[in-house]
Amino acid sequence: MNKSDLIEALAERRKMTQKEADLVVNLVLDGMTDALRRGERIEIRGFGSLIVKTYDPYIGRNPKTGEQVQVPAKRLPFFKVGKELKERVDGRTSELTANGEGGDEMDDDDLTDEDVLDDGADEHADDDSSDPV
Amino acid sequence: MTKDDLVLLIHERTGFSKVESAEILEEILNLLKERLADGDHVKLSGFGKFQVSQKRARKGRNPITGKEIEISARRVLTFKPSQKLRKALNA
Repeated sequence: MNKSDLIEALAERRKMTQKEADLVVNLVLDGMTDALRRGERIEIRGFGSLIVKTYDPYIGRNPKTGEQVQVPAKRLPFFKVGKELKERVDGRTSELTANGEGGDEMDDDDLTDEDVLDDGADEHADDDSSDPV
Repeated sequence: MTKDDLVLLIHERTGFSKVESAEILEEILNLLKERLADGDHVKLSGFGKFQVSQKRARKGRNPITGKEIEISARRVLTFKPSQKLRKALNA
């Protein structure tokens, strides 16, 4: 789904015009962008939260040439999926792998694991957060 | 920023009442959640892409007890910010 699909679906469900739906979707996205720009955290219950992480500058290397490159300080948004959506997205995994045994116990273990890794802060500490650099 | 702030923003910048604005925002979120729950990705140009990826089972360790545990296969949701959003944060 892309933005126009979302706008179209919203217009249909809410009996709005495309123009109204377009306006609202863009207001929401622009509003969230502005909040992140101000360094604000966004928390949408049932969906997830977005925070801005700040990175110090560092001297990196071009992995191909070995050449040193100065990487400037930067800010990047991180998304942490909310509990409800996390469970909905993962909902089919158990069906696909179809191993009923001990599923709940594993989930509990994993939650503890994550909470500790997160160090109490609401950061996205997933191992595979695509490309943090 | 929370849902309430977004509802107010919609209300103030459109002709919709607060109640309508809240319903509209909820509908947007529902649409996003439905697609993502179906395993579809959602690409919001200028903002970023929400993507569901399948993770294989792997071995992990409870950091407190050191006990090795099996982390089951799962689907996770990741967000990749668009170039435009990245630029906006670093302008």
